[in-house]
Amino acid sequence: MSHYDIVVVGAGHAGTQTVFALTAGGFTGSIALIGDEISIPYERPPLTKGYLADSMLSDELAFRAEAWWAGSTVERHLGTAVVAVDADAHTVTTEDGGTISYGTLVWSAGGEARRLPTPGADLNGVHVVRKLSDAEHVKRLVATTRKAVVIGGGYIGLETAASLRKLGIEVTVVEALERLLQRVTGEDIAAYIKAKHEGEGVEFLLGTGVSEILGEDGHVTGVQLASGQVLPADLVIVGIGLIPNVRQLADAGAEIGNGVLVDKFCRTTLPDVYAIGDCASFESDWVPDDRLRLESVQNANDQAKAVANTLLGKPQPYDALPWFWSHQYDDRLQTAGVLTGYDSAVLRGDPATGKFSVVYMRGDTVAAVDAINNVKDYAQAKSLIGRTVAADDSRLADSAVPLKAFVTESQLA
Amino acid sequence: MGKIVYVLPDGEQVIEAREGESLMQIAVQAGVSAIEGECGGEMSCATCHVWIEDDWAAKLRRPSQDELDLLEADDHYTDESRLGCQIKYSSAIDGIVAKIPG
Ligand SMILES: Cc1cc2nc3c(=O)[nH]c(=O)nc-3n(C[C@H](O)[C@H](O)[C@H](O)COP(=O)(O)OP(=O)(O)OC[C@H]3O[C@@H](n4cnc5c(N)ncnc54)[C@H](O)[C@@H]3O)c2cc1C
Ligand code: FES
Repeated sequence: MSHYDIVVVGAGHAGTQTVFALTAGGFTGSIALIGDEISIPYERPPLTKGYLADSMLSDELAFRAEAWWAGSTVERHLGTAVVAVDADAHTVTTEDGGTISYGTLVWSAGGEARRLPTPGADLNGVHVVRKLSDAEHVKRLVATTRKAVVIGGGYIGLETAASLRKLGIEVTVVEALERLLQRVTGEDIAAYIKAKHEGEGVEFLLGTGVSEILGEDGHVTGVQLASGQVLPADLVIVGIGLIPNVRQLADAGAEIGNGVLVDKFCRTTLPDVYAIGDCASFESDWVPDDRLRLESVQNANDQAKAVANTLLGKPQPYDALPWFWSHQYDDRLQTAGVLTGYDSAVLRGDPATGKFSVVYMRGDTVAAVDAINNVKDYAQAKSLIGRTVAADDSRLADSAVPLKAFVTESQLA
Repeated sequence: MGKIVYVLPDGEQVIEAREGESLMQIAVQAGVSAIEGECGGEMSCATCHVWIEDDWAAKLRRPSQDELDLLEADDHYTDESRLGCQIKYSSAIDGIVAKIPG
């Protein structure tokens, strides 16, 4: 049985960045990075954007060139899933029956894209977009696709819709809720993005459930809605959320909520087991109910750094400011802060100009800022989040007053 | 194939560069760890911040307003600040020196 000082499970964003931060920080112990995907660790955000729509190649997605990996002492076990964790013995079991022992385990297994529970969901041509292999499949199909149906009006669904439109495919988006991006942004932004897509020729069916995916000879031919209406389709993209990959930790006895529960140092309730990235529900000062599970690059990266620092003997609680971006057509959406639990939203600028932002307030504290094609507001917002602002709404709504002006008259909440 | 010189607080790293790739991509792929490129070049993170001296800067396309807006909010902003992800390598700037703030 092999032993490593640190075993990282999941070679995605968070796991890979942990390894980078450890090596950059001069870690001298042994490290194993175990991942169930066969490909060299890669970035996910372009999968629905540049990789799908443009000429971007899969080797451009790699975090680091093969030469870097070859020159490092990190042992990669790719194409290997971890099926069990024994927290007392400090071992993990891989799907081929092997056992690896660890001093410290970092769990960064992300999540699985949620599948449709409806009949027909396993037909050819029905896809989620979570992994490079998913995106490769979709990319191969687009050449012969005329009509696509995207199920789910979140970021993944909408980014995919934009990329498919760019390729000249007819796209209909079906969303069960009454509006787009319900979980992640406010109404002004959702309305702007919807109008943008409609201008590009995307059709929306909101407040509509899917009852069945129809097919012929094993390949999808359409989507049947709860109303009975049938949308013809030769490609169906399902973007309805993510289920955290934490079963192995749950089986090992870790406390689980929405993801695996960790404290401010990303420690699970199991000894010497940390969890980071999309699968971790952490204590956060940025939200009132104090737990967050974020699906973002920022969170994966910053939690990776936090854990690496702890393992390098420089522990500091994780409290980085959350931020996020999305890209659809030529529009850049950027968010600073977290939108959960805000009371009011102040619009800055005119959406009709294609450049504006929205400030979300929790009481008189700035909770988050969404910016559309407005890098200035986004950049300046980063120092305003979490501060109590004395200004009334009308000044905050005046886009001629830069957000940084409010930093000087504010105080940390 | 040409070269880019990244100057870090603790020394220099000379990295081979391919035409068309950004200063951020080249550094990240090679593991110049002071350049993170977290957002993959989407002008959302400024973790690709570099300082380029005037002589080299004169050979580059000027920064866009968005690039300046993001840089100005960064603690290390100076007249020489650029985003590494917005500068594409070409033979015209072979040997360019990019200092990493900090
Ligand atoms: C298409 C797409 C677009 C995105 N766009 C953006 C964006 O624009 N901006 C943004 O901020 N974020 C974006 N995200 C989110 C961001 O990519 C994730 O938040 C980030 O990748 C999370 O990192 P992670 O390490 O937690 O999970 P992942 O990167 O998913 O890595 C987890 C890895 O663990 C592996 N694994 C799972 N179980 C096991 C096991 N039992 N054994 C071994 N390995 C296992 C998985 O296969 C995977 O490789 C996007 C995500 C996707 C899918
Ligand atoms: S890589 Fe994020 S701004 Fe350049």
